[in-house]
Amino acid sequence: MMAFIERWGITIVEATFATFQMVTISLFFSILIGLPLGVLLVISRTNGNGHIWLYRVLNIVINTIRSVPFIILLFALLPFTRVIVGTSMGVKGVIVPLVIFTAPYLARLMESSLLEVDQGVIEAYQAMGIKPLHIIWHVMIREAKSSIILGVTIAVIGLIGATAMAGLVGAGGLGDVAYRFGHVRYQPEVMYVTIVILIILIQGIQSLGNVLSQKAKKD
Amino acid sequence: MIELKHITKTFETGKKKVTALDDVSLTVKKGEIYGVIGYSGAGKSTLVRMANLLEAPTSGDVIIDGDSLVTLSKEALRKKRQRIGMIFQGFNLLKTLTVYQNIAIPLKLTGVADKEIKTRVKKYLDIVGLSDKADVYPNQLSGGQKQRVAIARALSHEPEVLLSDEATSALDPDTTDQILELLLKINRELGITILLITHEMHVIQRICDRVAVMEQGEIIEQGPVVDLYTEPKHHTTKRFVDSIFPSQTPTHIIKDLQIEGPILDLTFVGSAAESPSLSVISNRYQIETNILSGNIVELKDHTFGKLRAHVKGSVKETTKAIDYLTGQGVIVREVNSNDGIY
Repeated sequence: MMAFIERWGITIVEATFATFQMVTISLFFSILIGLPLGVLLVISRTNGNGHIWLYRVLNIVINTIRSVPFIILLFALLPFTRVIVGTSMGVKGVIVPLVIFTAPYLARLMESSLLEVDQGVIEAYQAMGIKPLHIIWHVMIREAKSSIILGVTIAVIGLIGATAMAGLVGAGGLGDVAYRFGHVRYQPEVMYVTIVILIILIQGIQSLGNVLSQKAKKD
Repeated sequence: MIELKHITKTFETGKKKVTALDDVSLTVKKGEIYGVIGYSGAGKSTLVRMANLLEAPTSGDVIIDGDSLVTLSKEALRKKRQRIGMIFQGFNLLKTLTVYQNIAIPLKLTGVADKEIKTRVKKYLDIVGLSDKADVYPNQLSGGQKQRVAIARALSHEPEVLLSDEATSALDPDTTDQILELLLKINRELGITILLITHEMHVIQRICDRVAVMEQGEIIEQGPVVDLYTEPKHHTTKRFVDSIFPSQTPTHIIKDLQIEGPILDLTFVGSAAESPSLSVISNRYQIETNILSGNIVELKDHTFGKLRAHVKGSVKETTKAIDYLTGQGVIVREVNSNDGIY
């Protein structure tokens, strides 16, 4: 036990940290892009008059990106990533594909959350002469908050799964440790430990998401 | 106060064109409660949405307090809407806000100062009788209470006009009466003009001054409520009035009874409803009267009664009795067997 910790402790802690880093940074940018995109999807779809082309364009773009598996996207985006962040290697290099992978997914989740908001409440606010941007923020996003939190939780878990492939461009992380040491070099105990850590991580995130979502419901 | 002028609205769904409103005009005077009644699909919901342009007319004009809404810019329309309150069948409160916040946040978003918001929320929660529920979430309230919050929210913007879209349709009869009482109170005490739509004659009867009857996107009859009750002209109007006075008599009974004397529909308005006319005629003339059905209701400003009675006696005596009743201000109409069951 002690020997295992001595030999692998630092590697695993560093990998956990790298995973956290990748997830939080790409989650931040994914929400920054995904939430407004979700809003745009909903309002261009429900407003009907004149915006439907926007909905169709977004729809095609999102479906296209979502058709590509992350591992392929990672390689396909290499030149683009290099242009954006200057490198295609390491944590920095993996953030761009992670965001491009997650943001459209998140947008879809946001879309379905926002569509659940009662159209009548939105109408009531329009009737009171409230500005459209205020309606989006104070009515749509507010009322959908509980469902949005659950959506983000799903996206985070998907994101953790995607970071396992980050090792391919040298970004490290838990998935990378499990693959490289556990599988390739055949150290099964390393693989099992990382799997246990991932399980605990994901259980924790889902529970946290559930609690926060319940809190946001307020009824 | 509210003027809808020659409003036409067509919806295009694919290749089909549906006319929801067909050249509809109505005027609601300041301080009045105006009701629009119709069966579902008559276009009344579209009509009330015209009054704040939630639905824009295909042609025609909407004038609120002198301003033509269709010519206003988006921004000006938004400002104008702040002066037009609206309540809905589904209440449309935010589930994630307390009662207090449900009223306060729209006020904040329309630029009312914080101190003023506090005063107004308190004032209007008081008026709707829910001061003790300020910190409760809507899901903990009953339907009637939710509608009260929605009314307080609408009133807190201190509108001149209140639009009501089937506000009592989701409520039970007792709660409906309480909400109607509240609407009457805010009309009388705050002087707010109300345009409401409903499919319940009861609502019209209780609080409306004037009424329009809609069918297939057109107004088929309009006027003071008491006029529509006494002399409904259109078939649909008759059906609505009859929904308050169920007076179906089986056709064969009408036929049988008519051998011995006429069956009369008697309509009483005001003081005529309160005097015992039927017993007077049976004492005065050589006739016997038998009531088949009847009801007296309280209109907003009138008492209104309807009786269906069989009058047994000679033609001479029954004619005298009818003349007497007419002289007392009772509207008399003889029933023929076609009026039995429709």
